[in-house]
Amino acid sequence: MRNVMTVFGRDFRSYFSSPVAYVVIGLFLVLTGVFFYLLTSSFMQYATNLQWQAARFRQPPPPVNVNHMILRPLFSNISVITLFVVPMITMRSFSDEKKTGTLELLLTSPITTAQIVLGKFLAAFFLYAVMVLLTGVYPLVIILFGDPDVLPVAIAYIGVLGMGAASIGIGIWISAMTENQIISAMGTFVILLFLWLVGWFSNFTTGFLAGFFEYISIVEHFDDFAKGIFDTGHLMYYVSLGGITLFLAHQSIESIRWRS
Amino acid sequence: MIEVRNLTKRYGTFTAVDDISFTVEKGQILGFLGPNGAGKTTTMRVITGFMPPTGGTAIVAGFDVVENPLEVKRRIGYLPEMPPLYLEMTVNEYLNFAARLKQIPSGQVVEKIAGASRKVAISDVGDKVIKTLSKGYRQRVGLAQALIHDPEVLVLDEPTIGLDPIQIREVREMIKSLAYEHTIILSTHILPEVDMTCDRVVIIDRGKIVAQDTPEGLAKSLKGTEKLTIMAEGSAEEISTAVTEIQGVQKIVDSASENGVSTLTLECDFQFHVRKAVSELMSEKGWALLEMKVEETTLEDVFIHLMSDSSEEVVS
Ligand SMILES: Nc1ncnc2c1ncn2[C@@H]1O[C@H](COP(=O)(O)OP(=O)(O)OP(=O)(O)O)[C@@H](O)[C@H]1O
Ligand SMILES: [Mg+2]
Repeated sequence: MRNVMTVFGRDFRSYFSSPVAYVVIGLFLVLTGVFFYLLTSSFMQYATNLQWQAARFRQPPPPVNVNHMILRPLFSNISVITLFVVPMITMRSFSDEKKTGTLELLLTSPITTAQIVLGKFLAAFFLYAVMVLLTGVYPLVIILFGDPDVLPVAIAYIGVLGMGAASIGIGIWISAMTENQIISAMGTFVILLFLWLVGWFSNFTTGFLAGFFEYISIVEHFDDFAKGIFDTGHLMYYVSLGGITLFLAHQSIESIRWRS
Repeated sequence: MIEVRNLTKRYGTFTAVDDISFTVEKGQILGFLGPNGAGKTTTMRVITGFMPPTGGTAIVAGFDVVENPLEVKRRIGYLPEMPPLYLEMTVNEYLNFAARLKQIPSGQVVEKIAGASRKVAISDVGDKVIKTLSKGYRQRVGLAQALIHDPEVLVLDEPTIGLDPIQIREVREMIKSLAYEHTIILSTHILPEVDMTCDRVVIIDRGKIVAQDTPEGLAKSLKGTEKLTIMAEGSAEEISTAVTEIQGVQKIVDSASENGVSTLTLECDFQFHVRKAVSELMSEKGWALLEMKVEETTLEDVFIHLMSDSSEEVVS
């Protein structure tokens, strides 16, 4: 465990020694902030409209659902932004170490490859988690000024974190295979995009294939979380995807030892 | 302390290291000498557990690299060809990370960093970012990293490459001073380096060991011959043909002529009085002999000699 923490500590700090972490966190907060603003203002407009109509017909205004109208779409947007942000977080993970030769230091130190992979994963995931939890101010505003259900918000966050963990696993795996950061980022992005779009493919296919596409789609699994429904099946999907990709990253690093 | 046994490493079908064996005793410095692509780095990477051998094994401080890589890694300090530095870290941050990677207990980290920094004389740059250091200092930081856990064995891959002559001398002195506490393997393709620092030499070429001995022993093994340089007036071709007739002259290593003066280098057998015969020949033919000198056999001669016929014979 101490070995994992050693790698974790260095990796996590390294995000802040380059502009990467600042750019990524800034981008994430700005984008989610813009969406939040747009969603709340259209919600306000809608609510005012309702009130105005209700006044005309001398009736009390119908109840509106904040969860439905602001939070659910907000979480969908956060999940889209994740798609762009994760490759930026993981692109340097192994690629940089391969390029500068520092991987040789790690691989000749008394520490296992599994510990290295785990440390790197945790560093990326921790950065992601910090970033995601910072967006918590938006739901907090709603909670302060409105009356949303809090539980669905918490569940949605579990979904965001789960999806992030699986995406980061993919990113670490790709970075273990190349020493080029750009290829690492692009490769991760393409795979994540595929896992997104594959949900739509399922609409054009039938039978087993449709079910399969739906199953491997990252978004399909996120929908329930965004709706505030907690389903361990969906969580298992993220956990298994993360586990499998980290295993592949491990194998890829081990294979360098055999080949080069 | 280090025992390499029938080590073979293939990359695909290409054999980079071919069935080599050698041992290094405790406290010795072994020089691993060979031209580019000889297989030095490959051998070191196997010894340090970076990659497994295709065949054979290496035993370091009693542990087998193949069976017990973690124990071997605990006892080895390794400076790769390209120092594995995180350029954005300060020297102390980097050494701190290295210390933790090598599982030095938290309480001793500061002390070990100070100790290693002192040994390689970088105590004054502890707070500098590695990116801002000169190449020589970066090399020392790499060396400090290898030393930090007081390993029994140090493996240094071309530790003086790319340094200026003064830095080279300093790094060599450093390595020599480390030999009291550590067993060292260092690779190089610079001959004087081996002569100056090493107790034993292993010469490797195209994956095979072509010679291993002490530096003096190697030089002696070539002592059956000596090199004779003569400078005389006359055409180089004529002198060459005449000189080859002399008993004991094995071959003409070098010949050049300038303004009617020829300079030839001959490889001669010790047993014959070649010098006498040459001076007699010169006066007989009427060529003025301007200079004649015998060269000491250096390690360089051994090396070139071995390299030029390593494909035919294997000395060991
Ligand atoms: N990862 C690799 N894949 C394929 N071939 C390799 C690999 N690494 C090294 N080689 C080949 O193995 C041979 C030995 O290489 P090695 O790096 O061990 O030589 P070296 O003695 O360290 O040379 P130098 O003095 O240039 O550092 C070379 O021919 C090299 O091209
Ligand atoms: Mg080399």
